[in-house]
Amino acid sequence: MHPILKLVAQRLALGCLLLLAASVLIFIGTQILPGDVAAAILGQGATEQALANMRADLGLDRPAITRYLEWLFNALQGDFGVALSNGRDIAESIAGRMKNTIFLASVAAVVSVPLSIFLGLLAVRYRDRWPDRLISAVTLTSISLPEFLLGYVIMFVFSVKLGWFNSVSNINDGMSFGEKLGAVALPATVLTLVVLAHMMRMTRAAILNVMQSAYVETAELKGLRRFTIIARHAMPNAIAPIVNVVMLNLAYLVVGVVVIEVVFVYPGMGQYLVDHVSKRDVPVVQASGLIFATIYIGLNLLADIISILSNPRLRHPK
Amino acid sequence: MPDPLLTINNLRIEATIYAPGEKPRDAMIVDDVSLTLEKGKVLGLIGESGAGKSTIGLSALAYGRGGIRLTGGTITLNGREIRLADAATLRSLRGREVTYVAQSAAAAFNPAKKLMEQVTEATLHHGLVSKSEAEARAVELFRTLSLPDPETFGDRYPHQVSGGQLQRAMTAMALCPHPDLVIFDEPTTALDVTTQIDVLAAIKSAITRTGVAAMYITHDLAVVAQVSDDIMVLRNGQMVECGSVQRIIEDPREEYTQALISVRRIDHKEKKPTDTPLMTVENISARYGAMGVDVLSDVSVELYPGQTLALVGESGSGKSTMARVITGLLPPRVGQITFDGKPLPGALKDRSREELRQLQMIYQMADVAMNPRQTVATIIGRPLEFYFGLRGRERDKRVQELLDAIELGEGFADRYPAELSGGQKQRVCIARALAAKPKMIICDEVTSALDPLVADGILKLLLNLQAREGVAYLFITHDIATVRAIADSIAVMYQGKVQRYGVKSTVLAPPFDDYTDLLLSSVPEMELGWLERVLEHRKMESAGN
Amino acid sequence: MKGIPISALLGLFFTVLYFAAAILAPWIAPYGMSEIVGDVWEPASTQFWLGTDNLGRDLLTRLIYGGRNTIFVASMATALSFSLGAILGFSAAVYGGWVDQALARFNDLVMSIPTLIFALVVLSVMPVTLTVLILVMGLLDSTRVFRLSRAVAVDINVMDYVEAARLRGEGQRWVIFREILPNALSPLVAELGLRFIFAILFISTLSFLGLGIQPPEADWGGIVKENREGIVYGIPAALWPAVAIVTLSISVNLVADWVLNRTTSLKGGRGA
Repeated sequence: MHPILKLVAQRLALGCLLLLAASVLIFIGTQILPGDVAAAILGQGATEQALANMRADLGLDRPAITRYLEWLFNALQGDFGVALSNGRDIAESIAGRMKNTIFLASVAAVVSVPLSIFLGLLAVRYRDRWPDRLISAVTLTSISLPEFLLGYVIMFVFSVKLGWFNSVSNINDGMSFGEKLGAVALPATVLTLVVLAHMMRMTRAAILNVMQSAYVETAELKGLRRFTIIARHAMPNAIAPIVNVVMLNLAYLVVGVVVIEVVFVYPGMGQYLVDHVSKRDVPVVQASGLIFATIYIGLNLLADIISILSNPRLRHPK
Repeated sequence: MPDPLLTINNLRIEATIYAPGEKPRDAMIVDDVSLTLEKGKVLGLIGESGAGKSTIGLSALAYGRGGIRLTGGTITLNGREIRLADAATLRSLRGREVTYVAQSAAAAFNPAKKLMEQVTEATLHHGLVSKSEAEARAVELFRTLSLPDPETFGDRYPHQVSGGQLQRAMTAMALCPHPDLVIFDEPTTALDVTTQIDVLAAIKSAITRTGVAAMYITHDLAVVAQVSDDIMVLRNGQMVECGSVQRIIEDPREEYTQALISVRRIDHKEKKPTDTPLMTVENISARYGAMGVDVLSDVSVELYPGQTLALVGESGSGKSTMARVITGLLPPRVGQITFDGKPLPGALKDRSREELRQLQMIYQMADVAMNPRQTVATIIGRPLEFYFGLRGRERDKRVQELLDAIELGEGFADRYPAELSGGQKQRVCIARALAAKPKMIICDEVTSALDPLVADGILKLLLNLQAREGVAYLFITHDIATVRAIADSIAVMYQGKVQRYGVKSTVLAPPFDDYTDLLLSSVPEMELGWLERVLEHRKMESAGN
Repeated sequence: MKGIPISALLGLFFTVLYFAAAILAPWIAPYGMSEIVGDVWEPASTQFWLGTDNLGRDLLTRLIYGGRNTIFVASMATALSFSLGAILGFSAAVYGGWVDQALARFNDLVMSIPTLIFALVVLSVMPVTLTVLILVMGLLDSTRVFRLSRAVAVDINVMDYVEAARLRGEGQRWVIFREILPNALSPLVAELGLRFIFAILFISTLSFLGLGIQPPEADWGGIVKENREGIVYGIPAALWPAVAIVTLSISVNLVADWVLNRTTSLKGGRGA
């Protein structure tokens, strides 16, 4: 087998292992910590009898390891059980919201990825001059502000003061694609701003790193044009770090979604999770937590694999 | 007389220095340097670090690295002034009229492209010949430069070939467009000595065969003497003297040049072994972690009190591993070390403080061998405190004595390492080792990172200290000249084994084994025609076999 | 104070101002923390410099008390995450072997789950009290400090001067406190600033989601939550915490930058 395939297979196996361990961690976080799920659900005034009944209902009288394996196997088959708060099937509720969340995150990604790479290149091209400084200053400000506040600032300006968009981003299956786009315009803008700063900064660093290497000097001393140098010598080596940056930021985006959905009352996974944390609906929290963790780990794994595949030393072994 | 290819007049080069915490300031890198290079001639630029030789070399391409600016004088190439030329003119001459061979070919090749594409790139970019012709040229150059499988060599990626081959590939890249001038910037400095001679020979034959003019930049006078017609000696950005190779080597006029030439000619008579060795290493084999092969196998040597044993070898010979085994950082797999009549425990943690005191170490890179946040007084004072319990005034007095011993004198105790020059740093490290009053000091390539004159000073200091304190040295180095200067006995190491061992006069005298012969004969000597003689000799031998 | 760049002075000034306001809140706030003093969402006036909030409390007072809570929780969480992360990170680097492997792999595992998601999962079963908040934030954030301090210490640990100390026979205490720590200080101090800012953002986010500091206690995230309805009517009450957070975190950033530059350029600094 080609050594690079072996390496990729190893990473995949490691990723699966990590995911398994993460599921254990999520389970432990909700089940074994000193906080008692039954007490948490029923509140402090619950009688001893009510608590015992609740524990039996939840199966808490059985050993934790049994409950974990049962939960995991069901989850693997797409069965997350029912929500405690309203008795609805969790998998069903998630499916619809998942679609909305992915739509929102994709719109943000489609805008932010090319934009941040372009701005990153711009910052390198005009390094230490005003475009670079402006970009750095905006970056510093936007990472100094929590996502939700950025959300409200944007909402205040574009929806309340200018009246361009609706302040609440409701979307449903009956809407056309264009209508949906209009509905997510504001939250997608906020998400874009949130990841743009990071992505631009990292892209700038990655390209600068390549541009300062000796082989770019070699190309320059061959009399090549600046554009040719960037396209032929810098790009092939900068792609891996840039893809890495993009993947890491997509992972970040998935988390940013949680808060932004609450701000814009958007019917997605994030809002679902936060709602049920307040209601102390443990099965929903576990299920959503597991899904978010899976996406996050998956994107990080993808970044890892892409950087392996693009490494010429690994692709063409001695 | 035809017009010269390159004329540089009163060149001035400045750079902006951005020291952390200070305001940026301008510094003069090259000051009022003039030179002329005829077609087909080779000019050697020689000097220590900071002499400005690379900067001058790159000025022939009107190129300044980083914040370097060509601020004055004229650079005339093929009859036109290029210092102030516009970008388009510069692009048309770079890679066509003048090309460049960097010191580190490993960094100068793009890791993501095949060698052939990179070697022919400038030729094709300037539209000199067709693709197939350019590739034919490249293959021909690969052959001239004795690269293996010249037909298919270009299909490989940079990481798939060795360092010496890559350096030759870079030379091919520079010669492919048939330029008028090639700048060689220390092309063999990073290579092992037995690889260096091959690359040197390849470069020389390529220059002769193509008739190209060249500027050859190096800090090694012996190397430059083999390839150049003329030599220019530089120091601190200024010219010291300039003349034909023969004139410079046989009749140097300036004191500085004379010093450069007489470097490493310390006359050191070997001492004969005494009755009882200080340290005996018996049948040591060692490996790193779970690696399946021994890095050292079956090594036995002896070191006598007050004498120097030199471990000589190229990279990968296992000489530095020996240091790790003797210091206890890497316990041996088998074998025994006896020190001062007693067996020395294999692992560092099992050794007593007294055993540790007796055996000190000096490192190659003095910069990183000293904690940057401790003053010289703390660095030298700590062993005094740790081993002898000296404190306060007593300690300060001893620190000053040690500073005197390493010829640094007053005013150094309160300095930080960053405020010392390279040679001074290494002296402080020597003082730190001496502070423990050891019987033996391991010197791991202690002069390799230093300029030749500074290195010479360190070697003399070490010899003086040995005569005065009676300390024994285990001297690890790849440099034969250093060995001649300091050793009493020598162990030549090759692939983890001791290839040849004995007192200096026997080891360095024939008959040799194959490896020692190769190693010794590969060391450039400061005489004209040395390279040809060695190559001729080797050719005859291989024909004889 | 000579030689401090103007940006760092400005940062220092605001940082000190915010901390002072947090400590002195009961004395400098114009009104009581939950005292209803006016109408709902009154605009700014000489009486209420920033207007009033959704219940008619003075917004400036809420902001000062909110700063007190936010800064307190963030400081405690940072102190916890820093001491824990740095100690474990240094130990892992210096001891190496299985201790290092176990700590590093467990750290990777915790970091593989996004911090906010992990915090939400845990807070869904834990009672939301100040102690729990500080513990959860501190422990989760200590993974970042661990990773950095371990990386820094591993780099320094392989330096020849540390090896020289070991060969001399020095104990682990000397190696950690005299050889490694002085050289690791500047990146760690800069990281301290970043971690503190992150803690401010994190506790604000949690409070905004209703899982942080609970009403009637004020805090910057909570003020946004309480006044968010007003946004739609064009009332900017919910946006004041944004100003507070941005100025504080930029100030801390400027100070951290300066510390990083200053310590690396000391005459004992690395490099020539």
